Amino acid sequence: MPMNFETVEVTTDLLIIGGGMGACGAAVEAAYWGKKHGLKVTLVDKASMPRSGAVGMGLSAINLYVGLAEGRNTVQDYVRYVKGDMMGIARDDLVANIARHVDSSVHMFEKWGLPLWKDEEGNYVHEGKWQLMISGESYKVIVAEAAKTALGEENIYERVFITEPLLKDGKCVGAVGFSVRENKFYVFKAKATLCAMGGTVGVFKPKSTGEGAGRSWYPPFSTGSSAYFTMKAGAEMSSQEVRFVPIRFKDAYGPVGAWFLLFKSRATNAMGENYMETRADELKKFGVYGSIKPIPANLRNHLGLLDVQEGKGPLFMRTEEAIANLAKAYEGDEKAFKKKMKSLENEAWEDFLDMTIAQALLWAASNVQPEERSSEIAAAEPYFISSHSGSSGAWISGPEDLSAGTDYFWGYANMTTVPGLFAAGDASGNCPHKFSSGTHAEGRIAGKSACKYILENNTLLEVESSVIEEMKAITYKPLEIYEQHSGFSTDPQVNPNYILPKQFMFRLQKLMDEYVGGANVYFCMNNASLERAAELFEFLKEDSEKLAAKDIYELLRVWENKHRMWQAESHLRAVTFRDETRWPGYYIRTDKPVIDEENWHCFVNMKWDPQTKEWSIFKRPVIDMFDVKF
Amino acid sequence: MPSFVIAEKCDGCKGQDKTACMYACPNDLMFLDKERMKAVNLDPSQCWECLCCVKACPQQAMDLRGYADFVPLGASCVPLRGSDSIMWTVKFRNGMTKRFKFPIRTTEEGSAVPDGGFVEDNTDINSIELFTEPSSMKMPVWTYKK
Repeated sequence: MPMNFETVEVTTDLLIIGGGMGACGAAVEAAYWGKKHGLKVTLVDKASMPRSGAVGMGLSAINLYVGLAEGRNTVQDYVRYVKGDMMGIARDDLVANIARHVDSSVHMFEKWGLPLWKDEEGNYVHEGKWQLMISGESYKVIVAEAAKTALGEENIYERVFITEPLLKDGKCVGAVGFSVRENKFYVFKAKATLCAMGGTVGVFKPKSTGEGAGRSWYPPFSTGSSAYFTMKAGAEMSSQEVRFVPIRFKDAYGPVGAWFLLFKSRATNAMGENYMETRADELKKFGVYGSIKPIPANLRNHLGLLDVQEGKGPLFMRTEEAIANLAKAYEGDEKAFKKKMKSLENEAWEDFLDMTIAQALLWAASNVQPEERSSEIAAAEPYFISSHSGSSGAWISGPEDLSAGTDYFWGYANMTTVPGLFAAGDASGNCPHKFSSGTHAEGRIAGKSACKYILENNTLLEVESSVIEEMKAITYKPLEIYEQHSGFSTDPQVNPNYILPKQFMFRLQKLMDEYVGGANVYFCMNNASLERAAELFEFLKEDSEKLAAKDIYELLRVWENKHRMWQAESHLRAVTFRDETRWPGYYIRTDKPVIDEENWHCFVNMKWDPQTKEWSIFKRPVIDMFDVKF
Repeated sequence: MPSFVIAEKCDGCKGQDKTACMYACPNDLMFLDKERMKAVNLDPSQCWECLCCVKACPQQAMDLRGYADFVPLGASCVPLRGSDSIMWTVKFRNGMTKRFKFPIRTTEEGSAVPDGGFVEDNTDINSIELFTEPSSMKMPVWTYKK
């Protein structure tokens, strides 16, 4: 081995992996139950908690607040909304479990110091039915502060990247990884492990090029670690075909929610036509889901994309029209009008500055004032994120009171099919639309449940030291490959003996984009393109063994790309298996262009077996639990 | 932007083992070049433009230059983050300047207590309530009655 790497062993009861909203929720909750029952809780984060995860930059809204105590909405209302938006495919029990707890998390955020907008009567300002407006630049800083206080600094490991699960007798018994700052290899031995490592960005070729490639809608540091970790542990996965494609302000991907919901803006094509009206007939092709309100996000995408493909783009957010409409009520009273315009301007800019600074800079750099002119919107590239309108993740147990007696329950809420391995946030599938607040609440649910598991299964299983030594060698192998071969060519970037992580990522992205429905092919694919993708994927997998890294920083990028590759492969398998088009706007199987309720109103689940190293893929039924009908 | 470091202003956080920007970056992009005692962004094409580094820099030695593939030159977006609010100076390409100030937190830094003041002596690990519930829900926790 090129350098000496010390092995650091940490023995704990509960290991939380991740540092984002889900992990922070898990930390706060598990710290309480851990203290009550004498359990040690340890958290490991690849970044540093105040700014790690998808909320690190900040947010301008909390997208899930049910308002149960105010009687604003019911749990069933939320289940209906989520299931409808996902074209009928969601887990009622998981969605309801988050919905019944999420307001607790929001109330705690407020007490911790998050500024929630209030109206003159002191009530929350709602952006839409489920959304609250916030001044959220420090949202993550505040949430992380509570989590860190709950756990204690001594139980937190930052800048340690987890590579692999530790397995013993079919159970998950911890994890291994490496410090991205020091020459240290970490072995975490745990009675239960909670995976909350976020979603996956960078599987598909981004629309931006060169320097702009980092301007993904979801953060570039969400690299598929949750998906990889759960898959490698042998957990059953679900909805790996259900990607998310956001339509956002073009290029900088600024949020559109406030414009649509708060400012009541319209989106139109270049001719000023509202595609939601002119293409309304298209919705009838998608059965009952085409007629529900709000219209599912993918169908809204689909109609806009049809206009673009027909040459009617670009699409525009009619910001000037929306602001003029809002200010109309104050016409004639110049002072009140000016005041209203000023507050609308502030709200519009805060929306970007709180959560997508790149968009504010793009507006300034192109001299855009939203009250004067429209701004372009466009579809981004696909993402894997089960906290928004995507649904991919591990297949987890529901809570006993809601799910017992069904196929959705096997003992512990949020436990995967691997004993001792729990999942939350983007790591858990089929409970989408949880966003930041619901992810925190789900982390709490999983944290409590994992503590209960430990109390009832209180044994520490140890993995043989030879296995750990082998994992350590595999972890650092890319450094060894580089050291062994880099002297062969005068430019270490181009060498026949290895591939560097950035080029590997480009190869993965090109393959996925061209054959598995990326942005450049308008998210279209067919059986022939998928077969070709599968062929090329085998070469890619083989070559992933030749990934090389010149230093620890590059080693991080190597492992992130190994993780991405597994998310990509599971997606490829799932879209190939599901013989229909259910989510146009996210992807279209051009050879099976219609929805097939009779055969495909079901989950697509899959599993990689750590023993045989083989995949299986199969259907699971969608159960209607709370009499939610469309 | 990618974020960048202004050579003249960066003091490498005076040779501490990690700089403020290295601690802040969620993507591990900031690196301290110990020979020059200056920080650098190792890979601008992996930068999310979250500005966590810019906000954290004690010397205000970091700034943002928009992604070169689609952002015209000549504008800037500069934050000044305090303990309870953030000030933004947005300069347009055409020279226009806008200033904004937004609150960022309503409590003292470091004062967030885990239970948020929703104290419950919750002892039943088998219950559906999380440890601050029911008080943090302001109502009993929902379950389905068939």
